[in-house]
Amino acid sequence: MSTPRIRLPETAAPGDVIEIRTLIDHEMITAVSSSAPRDMLSRFEATMNGETVIAVDYANGSAANPTLTFFVRAEAPGDFVFTWTHEDGTTFTAEGTVEVG
Amino acid sequence: MTTLDRRMFLTGAAAGASLILVQVTPATAQGLTPDVQAAVDAILAGRTPIDAGITLDAPVSADNGAQVPVTVIVDSPMTEDDHVTAIHLVATLNPAPGLGSFHLTPRLGRAEIFTRVRLAEGQQFLAFAETSDGRVLRAAARTAVTIGGCST
Repeated sequence: MSTPRIRLPETAAPGDVIEIRTLIDHEMITAVSSSAPRDMLSRFEATMNGETVIAVDYANGSAANPTLTFFVRAEAPGDFVFTWTHEDGTTFTAEGTVEVG
Repeated sequence: MTTLDRRMFLTGAAAGASLILVQVTPATAQGLTPDVQAAVDAILAGRTPIDAGITLDAPVSADNGAQVPVTVIVDSPMTEDDHVTAIHLVATLNPAPGLGSFHLTPRLGRAEIFTRVRLAEGQQFLAFAETSDGRVLRAAARTAVTIGGCST
């Protein structure tokens, strides 16, 4: 559980728009219509060289194994950090680097 | 009006109200339920949405309402001066209206996201995009669902 999976290109040319796919294994149990205790991620954030690129506030209608695909403009080499935060404060992270040049 | 008449009137009004409740589900195609309307009002913050410049792409029918793929594309150059700041997805017939909110920055090369949402039953759902110049763009999609996606 809670294993992040990231797909991003190893290299890009300056100015390229690159696709980044993210997914984390998580049941996202809302407990709205089941007796299981609530078990939900609350937020996802992707940073590039320390600056936020995109963030997500999850809701009850966010599907299990939350996935997000987005497109970043690659102007310089990018160190990416992907962080998922559980409602209980626990975080899960993954990292990736895109060489640009 | 006598007391008895008033009581009969109230009883009749209550019966009428329950009839109206039965009618709510089909009526949501036009009007939104109070919790959905509240969620939409929170996004709009007094602004009038524009039904242009945004595409909400979802399947016409989904076998599994627990994993409905959704793509939102907003017509935006994504520059420092002119970009999308947020995309909100709102269900109209789920137990809770929120399907997720996405916070975008000019570091993105395109105002495009792909994700998956839960739909408890077939329904219309909405996408709102907030722009850096204060506009709100709106799009709607309707997906039929074979197996509802709110069992958890």
